[in-house]
This record gives sequence, structure tokens and C-alpha cells, in this order.
Amino acid sequence: MSPLVVAARAGLSRGRIELRQSFTNAETLWGYLFPTVVLLVVMFFLRGAKVPGTEFSLGAQTLPSTLGMTVAFGGLVTMASILTVEREDGTLLRAKATPNGMFGYLISKITLVSGMTLVSVALLLVPGLFLFDVFALDSIGAWLTLAWVMLVGMVATMPVGAVFGSLLSNPRNMGLIMLPMMGLIATSGIFYPITAMPGWLQAVAQVFPIYWLGLGMRSALLPEAMAAVELGESWRHLETLLVLGGWAVAGLVLAPVVLRRMARRESGSSVAARREKAMQRVT
Amino acid sequence: MAVSAEAETPTSSGPPTDRGVTLDVHDLRMRYGSTDVLTGVSFRARRGEVLALLGPNGAGKTTTIEILEGFRMRSGGRVEVLGIDPARGDERWRSRLGVVLQSWRDHSRWRVRELLAHLGSYYAPYSTERTSRPWHIDELIQVVGLTEHADKKVGQLSGGQRRRVDVAIGIVGRPEVLFLDEPTAGFDPAARREFHDLVHRLTDIDDTTILLTTHDLDEAEKLADRILILAGGRIIASGSADELSRRISADAEVRWSQGGARFVHSTADATGFVRELFAQHGEDIADLEVRRASLEDTYMTLVRDHESGRADGATRAFEEVAR
Repeated sequence: MSPLVVAARAGLSRGRIELRQSFTNAETLWGYLFPTVVLLVVMFFLRGAKVPGTEFSLGAQTLPSTLGMTVAFGGLVTMASILTVEREDGTLLRAKATPNGMFGYLISKITLVSGMTLVSVALLLVPGLFLFDVFALDSIGAWLTLAWVMLVGMVATMPVGAVFGSLLSNPRNMGLIMLPMMGLIATSGIFYPITAMPGWLQAVAQVFPIYWLGLGMRSALLPEAMAAVELGESWRHLETLLVLGGWAVAGLVLAPVVLRRMARRESGSSVAARREKAMQRVT
Repeated sequence: MAVSAEAETPTSSGPPTDRGVTLDVHDLRMRYGSTDVLTGVSFRARRGEVLALLGPNGAGKTTTIEILEGFRMRSGGRVEVLGIDPARGDERWRSRLGVVLQSWRDHSRWRVRELLAHLGSYYAPYSTERTSRPWHIDELIQVVGLTEHADKKVGQLSGGQRRRVDVAIGIVGRPEVLFLDEPTAGFDPAARREFHDLVHRLTDIDDTTILLTTHDLDEAEKLADRILILAGGRIIASGSADELSRRISADAEVRWSQGGARFVHSTADATGFVRELFAQHGEDIADLEVRRASLEDTYMTLVRDHESGRADGATRAFEEVAR
């Protein structure tokens, strides 16, 4: 077997092992459950409110939007934070000291973040289906839409998340990603229809993947008639594919360059220097 | 250039003709901005040899080892590890090296056996007829003395046990060259001793070349076949602990009293001097004391002077006694 195939397999198994570990660790379990519970509670209280101009439950409309947000969050934030943490604690350097270790490492992170995202999506979707009975998930087409939006969404966000993770000097700077993320979520029509925003905010939101992931998920789960309240009164699948595809291409071009640069700089003394710094903060 | 280091370095700068040479460093230089960290380091190591790079903090030990590991680019000089320039080493080359890193919090959720099996799996395609890679995992766990802890999570281990995991990771691919950077930094004496036993066991099992850095002379003496003393960016002395002691303690200090007055005399031939002293003054001599400067005395002076910024003077003094 070629060494790269071996490393890819090792990466897959590493991803599986770390996914399993994420279910037995208090911190990551909290990361799965806390947002899920908060979002479900929000949707529960929004169930009586109506989407403006319709008789449709605003809570029910929020569910698919938050699924899109979850995919974006996993790709951008989870990926970035795992990379910064594991660079600081020396995991990455171990990968570098192993033959083809960096390749295996990358495969493992893609596996892990995909797995974590799928779990988070399922944790929201399954109770959501019981909470509201308005979803149109009864056709293969709807499931297919759900699948491709998730897949394209992950490919669009994970490489960009990896780039952010490589650029941040330490995990305590994650706020640099979180703050703009929160701003984007607020303006991307996740919790309230984007049509209520001023025109220029709508334009800004449509540059980023979060809006399109929310829209794509709504197109999969909501009845066809709900397209009428979207921008352009359409699900705009082609545009969704183009914007997310654009992010995917940009990320896939940029990520290898940035990741390689980051990996090249890793050495025992750089990890030791970061440890010193982190210890000073702890004490 | 130090005389003793020169003696270790063959005059030819061409490719090594000796097939047993695993590390070949010639005139290695490193400069960060306007600071010269390494100003011409040269040494060689053969298969199965244990080399200690000894020197005070900031002497350039870590820089040297990181250049050899291929983790850092050098400014000048020629370096070959297993016949290959580390700056151009590929994954096959990497599979023949072991690097023992300082651990911190990495892989704390992994179980010991799980982690070793995972990291070991990357080495499988690099097995050769001579060396089957990776090491059999349970055997490896036994060698590093972690059998009882094989199913524990790495984060639950004590400091000394964690260090064994680091060593196990370093050797899981049955390396031909093993790098250990400050392997016992932060150890208590018991853990340090256990670690030394472990390194001895390793050199007995495989014909691995080991290069370790330390600022502890005692450790270098216990572990290494050959000690390279690095100070001021170059190797100022090298040899086995015995050779260094003999060379450095060439001069002994003779103290005695005679008629109420005290005398001190430095000499290379203490025995001859004392014989002469008694022949001349006989019964008048009292309080006789002959003391050789130990390797440790001289090394400590060097370190102290280095840290107080008088490195060059101390280095010269060291070279003089070493000559």
C-alpha cells in the first residue's frame, strides 16, 4: 500500500477516534448540547409568531436556518479553534514529526469536523421534526437538497476555517473569529427574515456563506410556497451553488498555502514558546 | 576553532566515505537577524553512538537539533542526517528518524496503546528487510515500562509516565537516528534516573544513533559515549567524559603549609612536584592537599561566565586547559 493511502486511512481512523472521544468529554458534550437546547427553546417560544406576510410559524422557519448556521459554525469556528488549540499543545508538531503525518492529520480533522457537524445537525433536526409538523421532508428530493447543501456548505467553510485557524497566533484570539461570526449570523436571516434588513446589509450578508446555507436548508425543509418570502421570491439554488462554490474554491486554493506555511514554522522551540506564554496567562 | 573539535572533524568537506556515519555536520551556521547563534559547528556521529550536546541555556543546542530534525532552516554550512540534507528530507527520510518532543497537553484524551498504534501505523509502509516498522506496540509499551498504564488516558499519567509515552512515540517507527531535546527538563531525580535507564535499554536493543541536548553535565556523562560542549555558538570541546576530565584537569592545585606560611602551586605533574617538595623540605611540610579541577568545576565556571556575559573569556580559558 502506498504511504499516502496508509496515512489517509490513519487519518480517517484518527477522526473516528476523536469523534468518539467528543462524546465522552464534558467540554465537547456541552458544546453539542448547550447550543441545541438554547436554539430549541428559542424556536419553541417563536412557534406562535408568524413569518411576516404569511401564516407560517417563525419558529418553524428558524429551524432550517439554524441548521445552515450549524454547518457554517462547524466549518469556520470549530475547525479554526481545533487547529489553534492543537498547534499550541503540540499535536500538530507530532504530526509533523511523523512520515505523512500532516496529511493524515488534515484528513482526520475533516473527518472529525464533518462528524461533529452531522451530530449537531441531527441533534437539532430530530427534535425539531417533533416540535413542528410543517416540514416537507417527505420526498427524496428534499433529503437530496439537504445533503448537497450540507456537503457544499462543509466544503465551502472548512478550508476557510483552517486558514483562520492557521493565522490566529493562539486559541485565546478566537474572539477575532467569533465576533464577526455573530454579526454575520444576526444579519444573514437566520433568526429573522433577511428581507427585514436594510438593502446594504442584505448585500453584505449575501457575500458570505451563512446566508446561503440558511437559504439552502430552508429550501430543503420548508414547503415550496415559503420561497415567496425570500429575496427574489425564489430558493435561488443556482446562486447558492455559485456563492458556496466560490468560497470552496477560494478556500481550497488558499488553505494548502497557508497550512504549509504554518506547518513549516512549527518546531519544538515554537511550541515551547507558546507554552511559556499560555502558562503566564494561567498563573 | 577549538583544537579538540577540529580533531573530530575530518579535513575533507566532501560526502562521507564512511558508511557508518549517520550524522555529519560541517561548519553549521545560524543567524537570527543580526545575532549569530551558531558560528561553525562541526561534528560526526556513527551508527549506535550516543552523543550529548552539552551547554548552558542559549548556547544554541536546541537550534542545532532542530536544524538536524529538519524543523528549522540553517543559514550556512553542510548538514547530512542519514546521508540526506534535512532541508530536503522527504517522508521516507522522516520515517527513519525519531524525535522525542517535549509534551505538554497534546493527546490527553487518547489512551496510551491507542495513540502508539495510531502513530505507528504511519511507519508501516516504510518497513525494510533490515527493520520492520513500526515496533510491535505491546512490546514497545513493555520496553518503556508502561504495560500497567497501556489503557489509561495520556492526560491521567504522571509527569514521568508521560515522558515515557513521548519516548515511545519517538521510537515507535524504529528510528535509525533519535533526537532528544532536553529530555529530562523538569524531572525529579527519581524520574531522571528511570529515564536514563530507559535510554540505556534503547541503545542495547537497536543500533540507534542518539543525539540529545542537555545542560546537565551529570546527565551527559551518564548517557553519552561522546560529549560535545557547545558555548558561544560553537563546539569548544568534545570527547568522552573520561577524555574531557583528563584533558581539562591536566593542571592540579597543590596546597601546603611550611613554617606557619601557606603556599599554593599549580602544576601539570602534581606527583613529581610533591615528591620534589618532600625531598627538599621533608618534615617541614604540613597540611598537604592536591586537588584536580574536575570536569564539573570547569564546566560550571564556563556556564557561570557565559551567563554573566563573559563567555568569550571563559571559552578561551576552557580551550587553553583543553589543549
